[in-house]
This record gives sequence, C-alpha cells and structure tokens, in this order.
Amino acid sequence: MMKQRVNISRRDFLIGSVTAGAGFSLGLYLPADTGVALAVGEDNAAENSEVTAWVVIQQDDTVTIRIARSEMGQGTLTGLAQLVAEELECDWSKVKTEYPTPGQSLARDRVWGSFSTGGSQGIRGSHQYVRKGGAVAREMLIEAAAESWDVAKEECSVASSVITHKPTGRTTTYGKVASAAAEMIPPLEVELKDPKEWKLIGKPVKRLDTADKLTGKQVFGADLQLPGMLNASIKACPVFGGKLVSFDAAKVSKMPGVRAVVAVEDNAVAVVADSWWQANTALDALPVTWDKGENAEVSSVSIEQMLDQGLRAKDAFVGNTVGDAKTALKGAVKQVEATYGYPFQNHATMEPMNATALWTEDRCEVWCPTQNGEAALQAAAKAAGLPAEKCEVYKIHLGGGFGRRGAFHDFVTQAVAIAKQMPGTPVKLLWTREEDMQHGHYHPITKAKMVGGLDDKGNLNSLHIRISGQSILAAVNPGWMQNGVDMFTFQGLLPDGDHAISYTVPSLLVEHAMRNPPVPPGFWRGVNVNQNAIYMECFIDELAHAAGKDPLQFRRSLMADHPKSLAVLDAVAEKAGWSKPAGKGMFRGLAVCKAFASYVAACAEVSVDDNGKLKIHRIVAATDPGHAVNPQQIEAQVEGSFVYGLSALLYGGCTIKGGSVEQQNFDSYPSMLISEMPEVDVIVMPSGGFWGGIGEPTIAVAAPAVLNAIFAATGKRIREFPLSNTDLRPALDA
Amino acid sequence: MTKLKVNGKLVEIDVDASTPLLWVLREQLGLTGTKYSCGIGLCGACTVHIDGEAVRSCLLPVSALQAKQEITTIEGLSADADHPLQQAWQQLDVPQCGYCQPGMIMSAAALLKSKPDPSDADIDANVTNICRCGTFNRVRRGIHLAADLNRSSKTGDNEHEEA
Ligand code: FES
Ligand code: FES
Repeated sequence: MMKQRVNISRRDFLIGSVTAGAGFSLGLYLPADTGVALAVGEDNAAENSEVTAWVVIQQDDTVTIRIARSEMGQGTLTGLAQLVAEELECDWSKVKTEYPTPGQSLARDRVWGSFSTGGSQGIRGSHQYVRKGGAVAREMLIEAAAESWDVAKEECSVASSVITHKPTGRTTTYGKVASAAAEMIPPLEVELKDPKEWKLIGKPVKRLDTADKLTGKQVFGADLQLPGMLNASIKACPVFGGKLVSFDAAKVSKMPGVRAVVAVEDNAVAVVADSWWQANTALDALPVTWDKGENAEVSSVSIEQMLDQGLRAKDAFVGNTVGDAKTALKGAVKQVEATYGYPFQNHATMEPMNATALWTEDRCEVWCPTQNGEAALQAAAKAAGLPAEKCEVYKIHLGGGFGRRGAFHDFVTQAVAIAKQMPGTPVKLLWTREEDMQHGHYHPITKAKMVGGLDDKGNLNSLHIRISGQSILAAVNPGWMQNGVDMFTFQGLLPDGDHAISYTVPSLLVEHAMRNPPVPPGFWRGVNVNQNAIYMECFIDELAHAAGKDPLQFRRSLMADHPKSLAVLDAVAEKAGWSKPAGKGMFRGLAVCKAFASYVAACAEVSVDDNGKLKIHRIVAATDPGHAVNPQQIEAQVEGSFVYGLSALLYGGCTIKGGSVEQQNFDSYPSMLISEMPEVDVIVMPSGGFWGGIGEPTIAVAAPAVLNAIFAATGKRIREFPLSNTDLRPALDA
Repeated sequence: MTKLKVNGKLVEIDVDASTPLLWVLREQLGLTGTKYSCGIGLCGACTVHIDGEAVRSCLLPVSALQAKQEITTIEGLSADADHPLQQAWQQLDVPQCGYCQPGMIMSAAALLKSKPDPSDADIDANVTNICRCGTFNRVRRGIHLAADLNRSSKTGDNEHEEA
C-alpha cells in the first residue's frame, strides 16, 4: 500500500490565492523567512520531500518541522521542534519550522491534531504524537537507505541526519534519501525513546525565532502589507451588548484617503482608507449614534452587589468536599474569616487585535495572529458566508496572546465583515489600544469568602471557601460545563487532577455561586488559579498567623500527601534561606500551587518604605513540570509569567461605569516596567513521569507570595486588587 | 511634500503634516519594525532615534521634523544585525513574542550611546518600555552584555547609520 501523499506545490498555492480582481499572489510580497506562513509548500517535489506530515526534508539536508500550535512568545515553536527532532535524529543546526494552514488541516483530516494554543497545552498536549511523527520519519529514512544499499535496516544506525551502514561504514544523508523515504510505507508502531536517552529534549537550546525579532524583519499581523490593501479602524458600541443605530458618513467621506464607512455586524462601525492613520483619523471625527441597550446602567458597584449576594446565597455548586466542613467549623476552637475579591483584567497584548481579510464570492482568505487557527478558520467561514473548504487562514506569529486570541476571533469576524463589503480588496483591520482595552474578554471577576477553623493545637481542621462570580465557560463554551457547573472556576482547589489543591484539610468545602455580570469573560494567562491561589495562599498565611505558627511549617503540616508540591515549596524555602532571618528591612512570603499539571512555588522578598513604597527585590521560584524540554525557555516563561502576574497584582483592574470599561489605555491600565522587576531565581526541578505546563503555572504563585511578604512587612492583609488602590504606609495601619 | 532623512536616505512623502512619524514610517515607507501599541507615548513600542536620541514616534507629527535630522529605525540600527545589542539579544534569547523588542532595543541603543556602561539605575530610568511578555531581566542582562561587547570590540561606534 502506498502511503498517501498530498503535494501542495507553491505554484498551486499561488494560483489558488490569485483573486479575480486583484490579480496578485501573496508570495511575491512577503519577505522570505518572516515567520508568516505562506503555505505548506513543495516548490519542487524532487527537492522537497514530505516524509511524514510533521517532517519535510530537502536535498541539502534542511529539515522543516511543521508546527500546528501558535508561537506567541512562549517558545512552543522551538520546544515542539525539539521534540520532533529528538526522535528524528536530525541535525539540529539545519532545522527550520513552518505552520501548516488550518485549511490544509481540514483537507487532510486534521493530520496535525489540534491547533489550539492555550491552557499551557502546546507541549504537554501534543508531545506524544509529534515525537511519533519524528520517529516514524526516522524509520522511513533508514528504510530508504537500507533499501538503496540492499541491506537489512537493522544494520543501520543514524545520528545527526547521517545514516550509517554499520558493517561496511557506508553513509548517506537524510537529504539524499528523503524522496525515496517519502514513498515508504510508514511503520504502524514505533517505539519512542526512553527519557534517559534524550539528547535534545532537556537541552537549553536557543530559540529558532529570534533573529528576525531583532531587526524589525519579523512580520506581525499588524504589519502585514498586501498589494492593493486598504486599512480599517473600527469602533464598537462601548456599552456591552449595545448596538449601532446610525452614523453620518458624509461628515468624513471627503477626508483624505477615506474609501468607505461601513457598518460591521450590528454593533460597530469602521472607516476604510488608504492608510490606517487616515482611517482612524476619520473614525475619530465620525458622528455615531449608539443604542446602549439594557446594560447602560451596569457599574462596578452593581456588579459588586451581585457578587456579594452570591457570597451569602444558599445554593452554590460544589467543587471539592471532604467531610462536613460547616459542622466542623462550628466545633473549631478558633475561627478565622476573610473576604477577598479579584477584578476584571484586560489581556493587553502589546500587539492590538487585528486581522486582514480578502473576500470574493467564492473564496475568503484571512491573515491573522491567532492562538487557534482552526477556530479562526471557522470564524472566517461563518462571517464570509462560505463553507470552510473555501476559506483559508494564514497564521502569523502573535504579538502576545495570553488567552485573548484563542477562544475569540471577534477581530476575524469583523475583518471579514468589512472585506465582504469590498469584494476583491484585501482589508487590514487594526484596533486602537482604546478599542482593545474596551472590547476585551476580561479575566473573570470573583469574590471569595474564606472561613477556616483551628483546633486546640492550632491545626487547620476545617475550611470553607465560597467563591461568587463569573464563569468563563458559561459565556464561552457552555458545552464544557458539567451539569451546569464550571469546573474551571475551581482551578487550584480541586480534589485531584491538573489543578488539585496542595493541602489535605480534614473537613473541606469549596463552592461556587455563579454570578455572571454582562461583561464578557475570557481565558487569561493562568486564568482562575490567579485569584484562587491568592485566596488560598493568602488565607493559609492568615491561618498560620492566627495559629501563631510559621507559614512554612503550617503549610508543610498539611502537605504530607502532596510530596511534589512539598518538594517545590521546600526548594524555594531553602534557596531563599527561609530558616534564617531576611536582610534588614526585607520580608518574605510564600506560595505554592498546582496548575496545568505542574507543581510550582515561590518565595518573594520585599521591602516597604515609610512612604508605603513597595519594592519586590527577589522571587525564588520552583517548578516541577515533569519533563523540562528547554530549561532556559522555562526560565524565561517563569520570569514572563511573573511580569504578567505582578502587573495584574499591582495595576490590573478594569472597572465598569455606564456599562463600559473605564480604562482606555496604558495610562489608566499600567503594566509594570523594568524598574519594578525583581530578580528572579528559577529552580527547574523536573521529576519525570508526567508532562506539565510551562507558560502559565508559575503566574499563580507570584501574587500571593508578594502579598504574604507585604503582610510580613506591614501587618496589612490586602484583599482587594489592584494593589495600586491600597496605601501601604505602616502609619495608617493603626 | 515632506522631506525626511530615514536610515541615511532622503525620502519625500506626501502625507497630511499632522501624521505622526510612526505611521509615515510604517505606512508610507514600509518600515514596519517600528510598532504601534498605545499611540499615546506610554509604551515605547514606537521608539526610534532622532539625531541619536530615543523618541517615541507615535506622538510626533512629521511637520515637526526637518530633512536634516537623522531618523534611525530598527531597520537601520546596523548593517548586518550586528549591533552589540542585537548580538547580546541573540546570545541571551531575549525576545519572547518580539513585538516590543524593536522599541526596547532602540531605547537601549540610545542609552548605550550616551552612557556606554550604564548602571542598573540608568537602565531603570531610560528603558521605560512596556513588555507584556516579561523579558525585563534578560533585557537588563542584554544591555550589560552589549556594553561589554562594545568595550571589547574597540570599534567605538557600532551604529553604522548614525556615525
Ligand atoms: S505606540 Fe508610541 S509609545 Fe506606545
Ligand atoms: S517580547 Fe512580547 S511584549 Fe515584549
């Protein structure tokens, strides 16, 4: 049986993308190697052989590894390539990568699996099949060589793209046998290497995508230029759920460069012009009338009331229960109670939302930064009014994702809706920062009432956590709910699994009273562990304090059955020198969590001066992700997650007034700067046997470790965020 | 017609005089390495050099510029991506998503020009760019490494277009 091969030549692709009106092909206009996926192409099948769906080899031994997930800074492109290359045994210095397109995935029965890039899934969700893709290719290459020499395959060995026939010493290279290998029948079974044999996995190799990011050559979605392309700026009704009533196009249609003023869906208006600056200038001058709809009176105050009601409500979903916590609390020698709250937050990717679309009656193409190419394709098809088979999406590296560009493709829908009104003309839609800030899919808002009971020895015997607030799934993916329960809400507090609680509490009740205000929620780097780890880890600190115990020892006493969590906690405590006093004026705080299947902990060291100025000096972090594919990139992700998490803690709060988000830009929604960045000491301690996430888990421990250190410094428990709303001056703490 | 000198070349552009330099670079000259992110001078993604000084181009109308002023963008920072900062960045794998990096590098390059061996405090004061991916610690190390590379290369000025 011949292996099925699909040859999509570059030529075919170009012809396919030539449009009737514009008569151009994308390939002519994009600089080479910009990271913009053109197509999975074979310029010339003889030179360029697809051995497996994951591996294309050229005669000169260049190996192109296909990457289905999206690169948005987290390094998954390099990590996934390492996984394939490990099994392939190819020369790493000749490895390149390319994105297959979602349209090709559709045509090839999802041969590359999921394109979704979120939930720290990039590597842990696909390591098995991408390694297999590399191993199968290796076997086919060896077989092709053995066949050409007429020797037994078992007599051949392989290293760094060179195949050697051991008895005779004859050699050949992958490039030379690739086209023959592509015709081989792929083995049904291949054995993956034992982790002990890994040479490339676990090595701190350099990223594959750095060079173009240093010269301005890297093309992001916002930078895309297509011939004949027009530019659009958009304004949607600032009130959530509001509608567009009318706009006075005549007032701006004579302004320089303006080509069209168009309604977009039922809630937005866009100006299309020669340049984006012209489009945006005209949009600013465009008179628009909105129907604000039923949410016009929604405010942070009304939302807070809704959440407070949820804290008191009789009914709630149960996420974790051990024994009878309510009864046990009544018998506690000492009860401790505290209520925490966590605000809406915008993703604020550095690159604002954007997409470029080209629509004709029988085809629609979209170029966009997306965390999920397949979902982008579905969004494009729906907006285009065409079957997905007649649409295509070209993924572009993202200028940040953080969850904003995965489950939501509102920017794609809008770009196509605009392009549909200008058939044959490519239109790039780029949001302003203000639009981005006001039309996010925000980190969900919740509050939590924590009640803990201590026995006569100061041990925690009961804990009741009542969360009240927003469910992401209810808004985004109700199909993932279980009997109306959003289990994601309980991340970090669940009885077991990827987001299990790190402690054993004799009597425990964790509940969620779902309250969904009309502000769209979304997944966010770390998502629900960000607040749940604050609730849990700050409250554990409160309990330790109430029990008169050392926060490390208090935690440890609850962790006998959580050895991996205990190991990361001990590691940070030891490296930070917990058993010895901190330096003068320095104070420490701890946090531990399990998130996205990884075990993480942090110890923060802070000082707070007499003016209440906080300085975060250092954070020691530890992560046990099971397997550590690229330790230096893990370090980068830990540091990055701290910047995202600490920015959220310090400044990240979106408030609602008149049904709109009040924050508009980085003036009212700041992000931390280099001057505020602590030293970060990362301990990567993979214990093997499982695959945990990297990009998100450590974000969970940054904020609570810092908050606990602030308590140590000031005696203040901060339970509302962002921190910039709180005066940390010790004198006011009377 | 507005005359500008960008990366050593004189160019003539036909735009409304109020157009910010950022959009002229990106849309008229195709120099998209200079990024838009906030448009209000807060994030630094649009940083370029004007006569060697770091300037945020999103707020600067082209009418405020004269043809004799040297405008340098990330594309003109070095001939072969060999500015010490670019070398250091490559060595330390500084970028994550990369979107803020041209601005970050241009801010750092201006700093190195005025202070060849900057202290951490100098970096804090001068590199005030936002990076949502969180590359700050590597940025700091990268600047120090570039200062070292600069010293050992002895070539003095590595910014080819701005000699
Ligand atoms: S885009 Fe100019 S400072 Fe942000
Ligand atoms: S590297 Fe992504 S914003 Fe800085």
